[in-house]
Amino acid sequence: MHCPKCHGFMRTYNRSGVQIEQCDNCRGVFLDYGELEALGRMESGYHAAPPPAPGWGHHGGHHGHHGHHGGLFHALFTT
Amino acid sequence: MVSAQVIYDRNDVLVVRARDVVAKAHRPGRAVGPEFARRVEIAASLPELFNAPLGPPLDVEGRTVTLERYGTPVDPFDPPWEDAGRLLAALHAVPVPADTPSFGRPTRVARAVSRLGDGEAADAVRRAFTGLPAWVRGDAPVPGVKDERLLHGDFHLGQLVRAGEGGTWRFIDVEDIGRGDPVWDLARLAALFAVGILAPDAWGRFLRAYRIAGGVAVPPDEGSEWTVLDMPSRALVVQIAATSLRLAAEQDRDLAPEETGLVGACVRIAELPALP
Repeated sequence: MHCPKCHGFMRTYNRSGVQIEQCDNCRGVFLDYGELEALGRMESGYHAAPPPAPGWGHHGGHHGHHGHHGGLFHALFTT
Repeated sequence: MVSAQVIYDRNDVLVVRARDVVAKAHRPGRAVGPEFARRVEIAASLPELFNAPLGPPLDVEGRTVTLERYGTPVDPFDPPWEDAGRLLAALHAVPVPADTPSFGRPTRVARAVSRLGDGEAADAVRRAFTGLPAWVRGDAPVPGVKDERLLHGDFHLGQLVRAGEGGTWRFIDVEDIGRGDPVWDLARLAALFAVGILAPDAWGRFLRAYRIAGGVAVPPDEGSEWTVLDMPSRALVVQIAATSLRLAAEQDRDLAPEETGLVGACVRIAELPALP
């Protein structure tokens, strides 16, 4: 389908199991009936579903805690 | 007389602030020649993305010096994850300017490994390094990139500043601007998330904002990012581990738990089949 705003080509993406169309040109997003509500429901469950990590990564809780920055936090800020 | 204040003095780089202007003396031998001058021009042509140097680079007693407007750095307790994602997505969407120098390879990986000392931990880092692609190690030509983009080349949270309190975020540091695979701009955060230093929530906010803003470095479907982030984030784990071991040795101290975790990730990476 084509973007109702700029007539660019709209591509279908999957976000948390919800199909959305996004315009390749202006990046506008088109939601079908019920999809906004579905995204809202996803949002409430979002914190329960952490993003995936690679197999070689660290397993278990992360090192840092809110209000406490561990020994390698500086690696986020320096070359 | 304007009083000046040193705001950074490490690794042969000196940054001094005087009122609203910052002067950066670049590392000797770095930031020289026509390629650096072109990087400065490119940044200056993108004022919505870069807090670029004010004018061309200066030669002060054989050292490159650039001036820029002072910007407020990131608050470590409240990093602008979404803004960082959006800014990178916007950078990666810019049509690559003419005569943009090539990003080439992430040269810091091999440099950090070459400065490693002896010991079991250092050996683990070296083994993980051996499993990286030959071109990343500097042992083969850099392969062509299908969809070359403009990339920052050394992105981390220290590379963001904003003008005043309510100002919008901009990149600083133009030394590594280049054309190449934009995934390298996400590699450091991905690596730090993978080893448990960056919280999943923070990584999720950053990556989600990058995707929603149309960021092209990762495929659009959630969960598919590791198909392209796996190799670059392994390389950054090796680099950060090597740098941490060298610093611990210089400071004559034991490894912090996070650093031991990094070495553990290197051990696991070394057990995987080498990357092509």
